[in-house]
Amino acid sequence: MVYLTRVEHFNAAHKLFNPSWTKEKNEEVFGKCANENWHGHNFELYVTLRGEPNPDTGFVFDVKRLSILINEHVIDKLDHKNLNLDVDFMKDKMCSSENLVIGIWNELKPHLPEGVQLHSLKLYETPRIFVEYFGN
Amino acid sequence: MKVAVYRKEHFNAAHRLNNPDWDEATNQQVFGKCNNPHFHGHNYEIIIKIVGEVDPATGYVIDLKVLGDLTKKYVLNKFDHKNLNEDTEEFKNLNPSAENIAIVIYDLLRDKIDPKFYMQIRLYETERNFVEYPV
Repeated sequence: MVYLTRVEHFNAAHKLFNPSWTKEKNEEVFGKCANENWHGHNFELYVTLRGEPNPDTGFVFDVKRLSILINEHVIDKLDHKNLNLDVDFMKDKMCSSENLVIGIWNELKPHLPEGVQLHSLKLYETPRIFVEYFGN
Repeated sequence: MKVAVYRKEHFNAAHRLNNPDWDEATNQQVFGKCNNPHFHGHNYEIIIKIVGEVDPATGYVIDLKVLGDLTKKYVLNKFDHKNLNEDTEEFKNLNPSAENIAIVIYDLLRDKIDPKFYMQIRLYETERNFVEYPV
């Protein structure tokens, strides 16, 4: 079994803000991340597949094809966007990295060819803050 | 004997590139996806370079902790977790491109640093896009 990872990135604005709370409560819980006028990040996304190398190609999966799939179904929806306002799969969700990584999994998984096993997603919000999701 | 010393800091901010004197089509053509009216954002990294003589008493060119504190006070407190277009005085009428951000940061810090030192700002907008001022 080999784990194959492709790294992609996107730049986006967001804020952490729960609309059912007061402004004061949001500031207490989310601090400066609650800034009404948004802030932003350079996000890095690590997509890891697992499988046996194909005897004909030596590949677990064609990593160029993986990159095209990630760009088409994930990056194009997120890059240079406002995650709260512009992204259909984040509508009505709290725009944390935790929820974003789950959303990305749900967007990408159905587009991977049958037999390809998505092992994990790792999403860096900053070089020092990241989340991981294994689909459960 | 002159030595260059560097302090690295970072801030996370939203921005958009837009020229209000142009129509929407021209803005879109020139700035592309950076023109998104809902903004996008970056993890900006600033590297402040100071060049000067080593002080024989301390062995320092400049106390880098003091340089870090000045940068936090005069730059990061203004820009971190902010919308550069909407929340800052500096970019009310100035496009917040990496070039302009570097010039603004230089101007904010220059008079806080002893004039005997040469100072230069390097600003990373992404890992692959960065600018330097002055040159």
